[in-house]
Amino acid sequence: MEDFNLFIRSIFIDNMIFAYFLGMCSFLAVSKNVKTALGLGVAVTFMLVITLPINYLLETYVLKAGALAWFGEEFSEVDLSFLSLIMFIAVIASMTQLVEMAVEKYSPALYSQLGIFLPLIAVNCAILGGSLFMQQRDFGSVWTATCAGAGWGLGWLLAIVAIAAIRERLASYSNIPKPLRGIGITFIITALMGIAFMSFLGIKI
Amino acid sequence: MAQNNRTLGVLFNPLSKDNPVIVQILGICSALAVTAKLEPAIVMGISVIAVVAFANVIISLIRNTIPTSIRIIVQLVVVAGLVVIVDQLLKAYAYDVSKQLSVFIGLIITNCILMGRLEAFAMSNKPWPAFLDGIGNGAGYAIILIIVAFFRELLGSGTLLGYQVIPDSFYEAGYVNNGLMILPPMALITVACIIWVHRSRNKDLQDE
Repeated sequence: MEDFNLFIRSIFIDNMIFAYFLGMCSFLAVSKNVKTALGLGVAVTFMLVITLPINYLLETYVLKAGALAWFGEEFSEVDLSFLSLIMFIAVIASMTQLVEMAVEKYSPALYSQLGIFLPLIAVNCAILGGSLFMQQRDFGSVWTATCAGAGWGLGWLLAIVAIAAIRERLASYSNIPKPLRGIGITFIITALMGIAFMSFLGIKI
Repeated sequence: MAQNNRTLGVLFNPLSKDNPVIVQILGICSALAVTAKLEPAIVMGISVIAVVAFANVIISLIRNTIPTSIRIIVQLVVVAGLVVIVDQLLKAYAYDVSKQLSVFIGLIITNCILMGRLEAFAMSNKPWPAFLDGIGNGAGYAIILIIVAFFRELLGSGTLLGYQVIPDSFYEAGYVNNGLMILPPMALITVACIIWVHRSRNKDLQDE
Protein backbone atom coordinates (compact mmCIF):
# COMPACT_ATOMS: atom_id res chain seq x y z
CA MET A 1 0.00 0.00 0.00
CA GLU A 2 2.82 2.33 0.92
CA ASP A 3 4.41 1.68 -2.47
CA PHE A 4 1.17 2.29 -4.33
CA ASN A 5 0.85 5.65 -2.58
CA LEU A 6 4.38 6.49 -3.64
CA PHE A 7 3.46 5.54 -7.21
CA ILE A 8 0.46 7.89 -7.25
CA ARG A 9 2.45 10.61 -5.53
CA SER A 10 5.20 10.34 -8.14
CA ILE A 11 2.69 10.79 -10.95
CA PHE A 12 0.85 13.83 -9.68
CA ILE A 13 2.55 15.54 -6.76
CA ASP A 14 6.22 14.90 -7.55
CA ASN A 15 5.63 15.24 -11.25
CA MET A 16 9.01 15.32 -13.03
CA ILE A 17 8.05 18.15 -15.37
CA PHE A 18 5.83 20.38 -13.28
CA ALA A 19 7.50 20.02 -9.91
CA TYR A 20 11.17 19.54 -10.85
CA PHE A 21 11.49 20.63 -14.50
CA LEU A 22 13.42 17.52 -15.42
CA GLY A 23 13.52 16.38 -19.02
CA MET A 24 12.44 19.81 -20.21
CA CYS A 25 14.67 19.83 -23.29
CA SER A 26 13.03 16.89 -24.98
CA PHE A 27 9.69 17.92 -23.48
CA LEU A 28 9.86 21.21 -25.38
CA ALA A 29 11.51 19.87 -28.51
CA VAL A 30 9.39 16.77 -29.16
CA SER A 31 5.94 18.03 -28.17
CA LYS A 32 4.76 19.27 -31.55
CA ASN A 33 2.33 16.39 -32.11
CA VAL A 34 0.66 13.83 -29.90
CA LYS A 35 1.91 10.71 -31.64
CA THR A 36 5.64 11.33 -31.32
CA ALA A 37 5.09 12.71 -27.83
CA LEU A 38 3.43 9.44 -26.85
CA GLY A 39 6.34 7.47 -28.32
CA LEU A 40 8.92 9.43 -26.36
CA GLY A 41 6.81 9.24 -23.21
CA VAL A 42 6.60 5.46 -23.42
CA ALA A 43 10.33 5.21 -24.02
CA VAL A 44 11.12 7.41 -21.01
CA THR A 45 8.76 5.46 -18.75
CA PHE A 46 10.32 2.21 -19.90
CA MET A 47 13.86 3.42 -19.22
CA LEU A 48 12.94 4.76 -15.77
CA VAL A 49 11.36 1.45 -14.81
CA ILE A 50 14.49 -0.42 -15.92
CA THR A 51 17.27 1.86 -14.68
CA LEU A 52 15.87 2.77 -11.27
CA PRO A 53 15.97 -0.77 -9.78
CA ILE A 54 19.41 -1.39 -11.31
CA ASN A 55 20.81 1.83 -9.92
CA TYR A 56 19.13 1.07 -6.60
CA LEU A 57 20.91 -2.27 -6.35
CA LEU A 58 24.17 -0.65 -7.40
CA GLU A 59 23.74 2.05 -4.78
CA THR A 60 22.82 -0.34 -1.96
CA TYR A 61 25.36 -3.08 -2.61
CA VAL A 62 28.32 -1.23 -4.11
CA LEU A 63 28.36 2.53 -3.76
CA LYS A 64 26.92 3.50 -0.37
CA ALA A 65 29.19 3.91 2.63
CA GLY A 66 29.72 0.44 4.06
CA ALA A 67 27.76 -1.14 1.22
CA LEU A 68 30.59 -3.47 0.33
CA ALA A 69 30.43 -5.20 3.73
CA TRP A 70 28.94 -8.33 2.10
CA PHE A 71 32.16 -8.68 0.11
CA GLY A 72 34.34 -9.19 3.15
CA GLU A 73 35.24 -7.71 6.51
CA GLU A 74 38.02 -5.46 5.21
CA PHE A 75 35.71 -3.70 2.71
CA SER A 76 33.13 -2.55 5.26
CA GLU A 77 34.79 0.88 5.61
CA VAL A 78 34.86 1.67 1.90
CA ASP A 79 32.73 4.60 0.73
CA LEU A 80 32.41 4.83 -3.03
CA SER A 81 29.54 7.33 -3.12
CA PHE A 82 31.61 9.91 -5.02
CA LEU A 83 31.51 7.50 -7.95
CA SER A 84 27.74 7.37 -8.05
CA LEU A 85 27.29 10.00 -10.78
CA ILE A 86 29.61 8.19 -13.18
CA MET A 87 28.12 4.79 -12.37
CA PHE A 88 24.54 5.97 -12.81
CA ILE A 89 25.17 7.62 -16.14
CA ALA A 90 27.15 4.61 -17.34
CA VAL A 91 24.26 2.31 -16.41
CA ILE A 92 21.79 4.58 -18.16
CA ALA A 93 23.88 4.93 -21.31
CA SER A 94 24.59 1.22 -21.57
CA MET A 95 20.99 0.23 -20.79
CA THR A 96 19.80 2.58 -23.50
CA GLN A 97 22.12 0.86 -25.92
CA LEU A 98 21.04 -2.61 -24.74
CA VAL A 99 17.35 -1.85 -24.85
CA GLU A 100 17.78 -0.38 -28.30
CA MET A 101 19.39 -3.58 -29.56
CA ALA A 102 16.85 -5.83 -27.84
CA VAL A 103 13.87 -3.89 -29.15
CA GLU A 104 15.35 -3.86 -32.64
CA LYS A 105 15.75 -7.64 -32.59
CA TYR A 106 12.50 -8.74 -30.98
CA SER A 107 10.00 -6.05 -31.89
CA PRO A 108 10.86 -4.22 -35.11
CA ALA A 109 7.44 -2.53 -35.13
CA LEU A 110 8.02 -0.91 -31.75
CA TYR A 111 11.57 -0.11 -32.81
CA SER A 112 10.43 1.83 -35.85
CA GLN A 113 8.10 3.79 -33.59
CA LEU A 114 10.59 4.54 -30.85
CA GLY A 115 13.73 4.27 -32.96
CA ILE A 116 14.92 7.85 -33.05
CA PHE A 117 14.00 8.55 -29.45
CA LEU A 118 15.89 5.76 -27.79
CA PRO A 119 19.40 7.22 -28.20
CA LEU A 120 18.08 10.63 -27.13
CA ILE A 121 16.99 9.20 -23.82
CA ALA A 122 20.51 8.62 -22.52
CA VAL A 123 20.77 12.38 -22.06
CA ASN A 124 17.25 12.98 -20.79
CA CYS A 125 17.55 14.60 -17.39
CA ALA A 126 14.42 12.88 -16.13
CA ILE A 127 16.17 9.50 -16.16
CA LEU A 128 19.33 10.57 -14.35
CA GLY A 129 17.19 12.78 -12.11
CA GLY A 130 15.12 9.76 -11.12
CA SER A 131 18.25 7.90 -10.03
CA LEU A 132 19.58 10.90 -8.12
CA PHE A 133 16.28 11.40 -6.28
CA MET A 134 16.28 7.70 -5.47
CA GLN A 135 19.74 8.11 -3.94
CA GLN A 136 18.68 11.21 -2.02
CA ARG A 137 15.51 9.70 -0.55
CA ASP A 138 16.86 6.38 0.69
CA PHE A 139 14.13 4.10 -0.63
CA GLY A 140 13.52 0.96 1.40
CA SER A 141 13.53 -1.73 -1.27
CA VAL A 142 13.98 -2.45 -4.97
CA TRP A 143 10.22 -2.65 -5.31
CA THR A 144 9.75 0.85 -3.89
CA ALA A 145 12.34 2.17 -6.32
CA THR A 146 10.55 0.50 -9.25
CA CYS A 147 7.20 1.98 -8.20
CA ALA A 148 8.70 5.45 -7.97
CA GLY A 149 10.31 4.98 -11.38
CA ALA A 150 7.04 3.89 -12.96
CA GLY A 151 5.22 6.82 -11.37
CA TRP A 152 7.76 9.40 -12.53
CA GLY A 153 7.71 7.91 -16.01
CA LEU A 154 3.91 7.99 -16.25
CA GLY A 155 3.81 11.52 -14.88
CA TRP A 156 6.26 12.58 -17.57
CA LEU A 157 4.22 10.79 -20.24
CA LEU A 158 1.06 12.50 -19.05
CA ALA A 159 2.70 15.90 -19.16
CA ILE A 160 4.22 15.58 -22.62
CA VAL A 161 1.03 14.16 -24.17
CA ALA A 162 -1.06 16.93 -22.61
CA ILE A 163 1.21 19.71 -23.83
CA ALA A 164 1.46 18.15 -27.30
CA ALA A 165 -2.33 18.05 -27.56
CA ILE A 166 -2.57 21.71 -26.55
CA ARG A 167 0.16 22.76 -28.97
CA GLU A 168 -1.50 20.93 -31.86
CA ARG A 169 -4.69 22.96 -31.37
CA LEU A 170 -2.89 26.16 -30.54
CA ALA A 171 -1.22 26.37 -33.92
CA SER A 172 -4.48 26.72 -35.82
CA TYR A 173 -6.91 28.43 -33.48
CA SER A 174 -5.10 31.28 -31.84
CA ASN A 175 -3.51 34.59 -32.62
CA ILE A 176 -0.37 34.80 -30.54
CA PRO A 177 1.95 37.84 -30.64
CA LYS A 178 4.70 37.09 -33.15
CA PRO A 179 7.72 37.05 -30.82
CA LEU A 180 5.98 34.61 -28.50
CA ARG A 181 5.06 32.09 -31.18
CA GLY A 182 6.52 28.63 -30.94
CA ILE A 183 8.73 28.28 -27.91
CA GLY A 184 7.63 31.32 -25.92
CA ILE A 185 4.00 30.36 -25.64
CA THR A 186 4.97 26.77 -24.86
CA PHE A 187 6.83 28.03 -21.81
CA ILE A 188 3.79 29.97 -20.65
CA ILE A 189 1.44 27.01 -21.16
CA THR A 190 3.81 24.76 -19.25
CA ALA A 191 3.88 27.28 -16.43
CA LEU A 192 0.09 27.46 -16.30
CA MET A 193 -0.12 23.67 -16.27
CA GLY A 194 2.47 23.66 -13.53
CA ILE A 195 0.34 26.00 -11.46
CA ALA A 196 -2.63 23.72 -12.03
CA PHE A 197 -0.60 20.71 -10.92
CA MET A 198 0.38 22.54 -7.76
CA SER A 199 -3.16 22.08 -6.54
CA PHE A 200 -2.16 18.48 -5.86
CA LEU A 201 0.48 19.66 -3.42
CA GLY A 202 -1.76 19.73 -0.38
CA ILE A 203 -2.94 16.17 -0.82
CA LYS A 204 -1.42 13.78 1.72
CA ILE A 205 -1.38 10.17 0.68
CA MET B 1 41.79 39.59 -39.28
CA ALA B 2 39.07 37.31 -40.59
CA GLN B 3 40.45 34.58 -38.38
CA ASN B 4 40.28 36.94 -35.43
CA ASN B 5 36.67 37.86 -36.13
CA ARG B 6 35.67 34.25 -36.29
CA THR B 7 37.26 33.54 -32.91
CA LEU B 8 35.49 36.52 -31.40
CA GLY B 9 32.22 35.34 -32.94
CA VAL B 10 32.68 31.93 -31.35
CA LEU B 11 33.05 33.63 -28.00
CA PHE B 12 30.33 36.28 -28.24
CA ASN B 13 27.60 34.85 -30.48
CA PRO B 14 26.25 32.54 -27.76
CA LEU B 15 25.66 35.51 -25.49
CA SER B 16 22.68 36.78 -27.46
CA LYS B 17 22.15 35.76 -31.10
CA ASP B 18 22.90 32.09 -30.53
CA ASN B 19 22.04 31.90 -26.85
CA PRO B 20 21.88 28.25 -25.77
CA VAL B 21 18.90 28.73 -23.44
CA ILE B 22 16.52 31.12 -25.17
CA VAL B 23 17.38 30.48 -28.82
CA GLN B 24 18.58 26.89 -29.04
CA ILE B 25 16.36 25.83 -26.10
CA LEU B 26 19.01 23.66 -24.48
CA GLY B 27 19.67 23.09 -20.81
CA ILE B 28 16.29 24.33 -19.66
CA CYS B 29 15.89 21.83 -16.83
CA SER B 30 18.53 23.19 -14.53
CA ALA B 31 18.04 26.76 -15.73
CA LEU B 32 14.60 26.77 -14.16
CA ALA B 33 15.06 24.79 -11.02
CA VAL B 34 17.95 26.67 -9.43
CA THR B 35 16.82 30.24 -10.03
CA ALA B 36 14.67 30.98 -6.98
CA LYS B 37 17.67 32.72 -5.41
CA LEU B 38 20.58 34.58 -6.98
CA GLU B 39 23.43 32.84 -5.20
CA PRO B 40 22.80 29.25 -6.35
CA ALA B 41 22.15 30.58 -9.85
CA ILE B 42 25.57 32.23 -9.95
CA VAL B 43 27.30 29.14 -8.60
CA MET B 44 25.45 26.97 -11.11
CA GLY B 45 26.42 29.32 -13.94
CA ILE B 46 30.10 29.22 -13.01
CA SER B 47 30.03 25.42 -12.67
CA VAL B 48 28.50 25.03 -16.11
CA ILE B 49 30.99 27.44 -17.69
CA ALA B 50 33.86 25.43 -16.21
CA VAL B 51 32.45 22.05 -17.20
CA VAL B 52 31.53 23.05 -20.78
CA ALA B 53 34.89 24.73 -21.41
CA PHE B 54 37.01 21.87 -20.14
CA ALA B 55 34.85 19.12 -21.63
CA ASN B 56 35.10 20.90 -24.98
CA VAL B 57 38.90 21.03 -24.71
CA ILE B 58 39.25 17.38 -23.70
CA ILE B 59 36.90 16.08 -26.38
CA SER B 60 38.55 18.31 -28.95
CA LEU B 61 41.98 16.93 -28.03
CA ILE B 62 40.89 13.30 -28.40
CA ARG B 63 38.40 13.87 -31.21
CA ASN B 64 40.44 11.98 -33.79
CA THR B 65 40.80 8.86 -31.67
CA ILE B 66 37.15 8.39 -30.62
CA PRO B 67 35.32 5.71 -32.66
CA THR B 68 32.07 7.24 -33.88
CA SER B 69 29.87 4.38 -32.70
CA ILE B 70 30.69 4.88 -29.01
CA ARG B 71 31.27 8.63 -28.99
CA ILE B 72 28.22 9.38 -26.85
CA ILE B 73 29.45 7.14 -24.06
CA VAL B 74 32.96 8.62 -24.28
CA GLN B 75 31.52 12.13 -24.10
CA LEU B 76 29.30 11.21 -21.16
CA VAL B 77 32.23 9.74 -19.24
CA VAL B 78 34.40 12.83 -19.80
CA VAL B 79 31.56 15.11 -18.72
CA ALA B 80 30.68 12.94 -15.74
CA GLY B 81 34.31 12.99 -14.58
CA LEU B 82 34.40 16.79 -14.69
CA VAL B 83 31.05 17.08 -12.93
CA VAL B 84 32.23 14.81 -10.13
CA ILE B 85 35.21 17.12 -9.63
CA VAL B 86 32.93 20.19 -9.52
CA ASP B 87 30.56 18.41 -7.14
CA GLN B 88 33.34 17.47 -4.73
CA LEU B 89 34.82 20.97 -4.89
CA LEU B 90 31.46 22.54 -4.04
CA LYS B 91 30.93 20.09 -1.20
CA ALA B 92 34.33 21.03 0.18
CA TYR B 93 34.27 24.83 -0.21
CA ALA B 94 30.61 25.88 -0.53
CA TYR B 95 28.64 23.31 1.38
CA ASP B 96 25.46 25.41 1.87
CA VAL B 97 25.10 26.22 -1.81
CA SER B 98 25.85 22.63 -2.71
CA LYS B 99 23.00 21.57 -0.40
CA GLN B 100 20.62 23.99 -2.11
CA LEU B 101 21.60 22.83 -5.56
CA SER B 102 21.15 19.18 -4.47
CA VAL B 103 20.77 16.94 -7.49
CA PHE B 104 21.12 19.70 -10.04
CA ILE B 105 24.92 19.69 -10.01
CA GLY B 106 24.74 16.01 -10.95
CA LEU B 107 22.27 16.86 -13.64
CA ILE B 108 24.86 19.04 -15.41
CA ILE B 109 25.92 15.71 -16.96
CA THR B 110 22.69 15.46 -18.86
CA ASN B 111 22.55 19.17 -19.58
CA CYS B 112 21.82 19.31 -23.29
CA ILE B 113 24.14 22.29 -23.75
CA LEU B 114 27.09 20.03 -23.06
CA MET B 115 26.13 17.25 -25.43
CA GLY B 116 25.09 19.80 -28.03
CA ARG B 117 28.39 21.69 -27.92
CA LEU B 118 30.47 18.52 -27.82
CA GLU B 119 28.65 17.07 -30.82
CA ALA B 120 28.37 20.24 -32.84
CA PHE B 121 31.62 22.01 -32.09
CA ALA B 122 34.28 20.13 -30.16
CA MET B 123 34.17 17.05 -32.41
CA SER B 124 35.24 19.11 -35.42
CA ASN B 125 37.39 21.93 -34.07
CA LYS B 126 40.79 22.55 -32.52
CA PRO B 127 41.13 22.85 -28.72
CA TRP B 128 41.51 26.65 -28.53
CA PRO B 129 38.34 27.59 -30.47
CA ALA B 130 36.58 24.77 -28.62
CA PHE B 131 37.63 26.31 -25.30
CA LEU B 132 36.30 29.73 -26.33
CA ASP B 133 33.09 28.16 -27.58
CA GLY B 134 32.66 26.44 -24.23
CA ILE B 135 33.23 29.69 -22.32
CA GLY B 136 30.81 31.54 -24.62
CA ASN B 137 28.02 29.02 -24.33
CA GLY B 138 28.49 28.57 -20.61
CA ALA B 139 28.34 32.34 -20.20
CA GLY B 140 25.22 32.55 -22.36
CA TYR B 141 23.60 30.04 -20.05
CA ALA B 142 24.83 31.82 -16.92
CA ILE B 143 23.49 35.19 -18.10
CA ILE B 144 19.96 33.86 -18.52
CA LEU B 145 20.17 32.12 -15.16
CA ILE B 146 21.29 35.32 -13.45
CA ILE B 147 18.60 37.47 -15.11
CA VAL B 148 15.86 35.02 -14.12
CA ALA B 149 17.19 34.63 -10.59
CA PHE B 150 17.56 38.41 -10.22
CA PHE B 151 13.89 39.04 -10.91
CA ARG B 152 12.67 36.05 -8.95
CA GLU B 153 14.64 36.90 -5.85
CA LEU B 154 13.91 40.64 -6.07
CA LEU B 155 10.16 40.27 -6.54
CA GLY B 156 9.76 37.07 -4.56
CA SER B 157 11.77 37.74 -1.41
CA GLY B 158 12.70 41.42 -1.72
CA THR B 159 16.36 40.53 -1.36
CA LEU B 160 19.41 40.18 -3.60
CA LEU B 161 22.12 37.66 -2.68
CA GLY B 162 20.45 37.48 0.73
CA TYR B 163 20.60 41.25 1.46
CA GLN B 164 17.34 43.12 1.76
CA VAL B 165 17.07 45.73 -1.02
CA ILE B 166 13.46 46.79 -0.73
CA PRO B 167 13.40 49.42 2.05
CA ASP B 168 11.31 48.87 5.17
CA SER B 169 9.22 51.95 4.40
CA PHE B 170 7.80 50.12 1.37
CA TYR B 171 6.58 47.30 3.56
CA GLU B 172 5.09 49.77 6.01
CA ALA B 173 3.24 51.40 3.12
CA GLY B 174 1.61 48.07 2.36
CA TYR B 175 3.99 46.49 -0.17
CA VAL B 176 4.13 42.71 0.07
CA ASN B 177 6.51 40.26 -1.57
CA ASN B 178 4.98 38.27 -4.38
CA GLY B 179 5.17 34.72 -3.05
CA LEU B 180 4.20 33.38 -6.44
CA MET B 181 7.63 34.31 -7.82
CA ILE B 182 9.30 31.76 -5.56
CA LEU B 183 7.21 28.93 -6.97
CA PRO B 184 8.73 26.92 -9.83
CA PRO B 185 6.19 27.80 -12.57
CA MET B 186 7.10 31.49 -12.42
CA ALA B 187 10.59 30.62 -13.68
CA LEU B 188 8.98 29.48 -16.92
CA ILE B 189 7.01 32.70 -17.23
CA THR B 190 10.13 34.77 -16.57
CA VAL B 191 12.02 32.89 -19.29
CA ALA B 192 9.06 33.34 -21.63
CA CYS B 193 9.19 37.10 -21.02
CA ILE B 194 12.94 37.13 -21.77
CA ILE B 195 12.24 35.23 -25.00
CA TRP B 196 9.50 37.71 -25.83
CA VAL B 197 11.77 40.75 -25.40
CA HIS B 198 14.68 39.05 -27.13
CA ARG B 199 12.67 37.96 -30.16
CA SER B 200 10.91 41.25 -30.62
CA ARG B 201 14.37 42.82 -30.89
CA ASN B 202 15.71 40.08 -33.19
CA LYS B 203 13.00 39.70 -35.81
CA ASP B 204 14.77 36.94 -37.74
CA LEU B 205 14.40 34.54 -34.81
CA GLN B 206 10.61 34.69 -34.78
CA ASP B 207 8.54 31.64 -35.72
CA GLU B 208 5.92 31.93 -38.38
